Amino acid sequence: MSILRKRGDFVESEQQLARRHARGRVVLSVFQLATLIGVIVLVVLLLTIIKNSFGYSAVQNEVDPESLAVNGIPLESLTKSQLATILQANVSAGLFARFEHDQPIAERDAANIYDLIQEHVIAPEVEESWNLYDSLTKKDQILVLMNEQYPDAELQFLSWVNWDFVRSQQSSHPEIAGVRTAILGSLWTISIAIFFSLPVGVAAAVYLQEYARDNFLNRIIQTNINNLAGVPSIIYGILGLAIFVRAFGAFTSGVAFGAADSSTANGRTILSAGLTLGVLVLPLIIINAQEAIKAVPNSLREAGLGLGASRWETVWAHVLPNSIAGILTGSILAVSRAIGETAPLVVIGASTFIQVDPDGPFSKFTTLPAQIYQWTVRPQGAFHNIAAAASLVLLVLLLALNATAIVLRNKYSRRL
Amino acid sequence: MANSSNGNYAIKADKLSVYYGEFRAVREVDLGIEPRRITAIIGPSGCGKSTVLRALKSLCELIPSVHTEGKVVFGGRNIYELDVDPVEVRRRIGMVFQKPNPFPKSIYENVAWGARINGFKGDMDELVESTLKSAALWDEVHDKLDQSGTSLSGGQQQRLCIARAIAVKPDIILMDEPCSALDPIATLRIEELMHDLAKDYTIIIVTHNMQQAARVSDFTAFFSLSEDGKRAGTLMEYGETKHMFTRPEKKITEDYITGRFG
Ligand SMILES: Nc1ncnc2c1ncn2[C@@H]1O[C@H](COP(=O)(O)OP(=O)(O)O)[C@@H](O)[C@H]1O
Ligand SMILES: [Mg+2]
Repeated sequence: MSILRKRGDFVESEQQLARRHARGRVVLSVFQLATLIGVIVLVVLLLTIIKNSFGYSAVQNEVDPESLAVNGIPLESLTKSQLATILQANVSAGLFARFEHDQPIAERDAANIYDLIQEHVIAPEVEESWNLYDSLTKKDQILVLMNEQYPDAELQFLSWVNWDFVRSQQSSHPEIAGVRTAILGSLWTISIAIFFSLPVGVAAAVYLQEYARDNFLNRIIQTNINNLAGVPSIIYGILGLAIFVRAFGAFTSGVAFGAADSSTANGRTILSAGLTLGVLVLPLIIINAQEAIKAVPNSLREAGLGLGASRWETVWAHVLPNSIAGILTGSILAVSRAIGETAPLVVIGASTFIQVDPDGPFSKFTTLPAQIYQWTVRPQGAFHNIAAAASLVLLVLLLALNATAIVLRNKYSRRL
Repeated sequence: MANSSNGNYAIKADKLSVYYGEFRAVREVDLGIEPRRITAIIGPSGCGKSTVLRALKSLCELIPSVHTEGKVVFGGRNIYELDVDPVEVRRRIGMVFQKPNPFPKSIYENVAWGARINGFKGDMDELVESTLKSAALWDEVHDKLDQSGTSLSGGQQQRLCIARAIAVKPDIILMDEPCSALDPIATLRIEELMHDLAKDYTIIIVTHNMQQAARVSDFTAFFSLSEDGKRAGTLMEYGETKHMFTRPEKKITEDYITGRFG
């Protein structure tokens, strides 16, 4: 029984209605397919990282750590002086003298000496590593291979990402290398980038949105900002190199402030990196903030101005509070992009090997993505494992940032 | 035009024209508003009623392409002279908009904010209470002053907007179709409120509702589009409401009032 009928020029028929529904279903499945592709890509990406972050390894220690235990107390629980004694007893006098020269043993803490023992005494070496997939499915073959090729080595199931990995500094041995320096470098550069770009970006957005008249000059500025957001990041690296590292080297290296030490007097510092990232995300922050400000209904501005408020009073009391959630979300998303940037930092000179923690804007630096990049291009398999592990750390950092964005947004939107 | 005035206007438009870019939305309006009276502005959609209100309040600059010609005399000055500060004009001429637009802040803050930025140094609690009472809202909100203004009903929001406007002690209150988004009961409350406020304030109300104009206003200004095809808003007839609604001078006014067009 059909309720359809011909009425005037409307030709409604069951077939026609069915065709319209069919078209709708086709479009719907295209959308679903697109979503599915996105999900698959994400899953594959995650699996690749996870696959390389865990798995069996053939580990060969120079010295068995258990043999270093004192009175049954394992190495990691020993006191600093006990560790120092073990270190002195197990390395050459020359090497020990070098440690002493780099930083007197007396000034080092237990963790530092423990690291030295790990690196120079126990000196674990991963002869071969297998990814998670192989580890789970081909354990028999791995065991056979171990017996044939590395009879002395120990088969360990390693999680390449672990607490030691997070808190250790860089090393040329992937077994003991960590990402502490890179994490600190990332946090430092990002903080400087935010510190620079957030106030500048929001101020520019307020100006463009609330004050600027719609004239030729302002339209050119707007177009340029929109285009800058799409400029490849490496261009920003070149810009940063030319301006922050070279032209303003005296400032970015801290010489002008008398704050430089001899190792960093060339401008390739945290400050240069942070400012470069700041300039990189500036257009994004401006555009996002503009969108957030645009979303504030005009009726609020009229109400504010209508009461005899000045433009700035209206912006401060009504426009900004009502757009702050959007501004923050947009800015954090922009900053998330900056955290993952590699190319511009490599261009302005992220250190390839650095073991000192950055301790201020004038320090040398590396960052997580720069570190991942440098490890990925190494030939040894174990470096690929720690590159994957570092990627996981980076992902966690990004998740934390985005979670902050959500929390902030909820906190501020509830006020409205 | 019919006008029982002694020449002491609260505000007066003098050959006022308003342009959006090239388009002249309002053409050479002469309109003197009687103090402490309610003046209704009626007319078909798009004839420039809202535009006139904005122009009287110096609120046009929000829209970038707008410019005005002619004068608006208020407090003895033409508000469009360069040395007159629009911020001061806007404080002394309050406005209530068609769609209730309370700030998404507490009820208290909605009333207090305008006073605070305008340098009010007295007892703010007292001001908020007396203002909300004048706006016939106190009884309904006195126990929830810290709730958001946007949580109120439409009619309450509109009365909050009126309270907000009178909290800064303006001379004139402009209302742009303040009841068009409200139900009949809320509308009635606003109309009663307007009657009370007219003791202290000059009120100009734009309305689409003939009965409302007849009920509340002392004077009525009828706007319509000019008949020369340029579609500019023109003041057609202006006079005491009782005359306008019984014996309009122009045919077009009568047609509009009796619902024959518009
Ligand atoms: N922001 C604007 N930009 C351009 N034209 C506008 C704008 N606001 C109103 N107009 C035009 O001005 C004329 C009068 O509008 P308005 O004052 O809102 O009329 P009313 O309030 O009587 O309905 C209309 O033709 C309208 O299209
Ligand atoms: Mg209107």
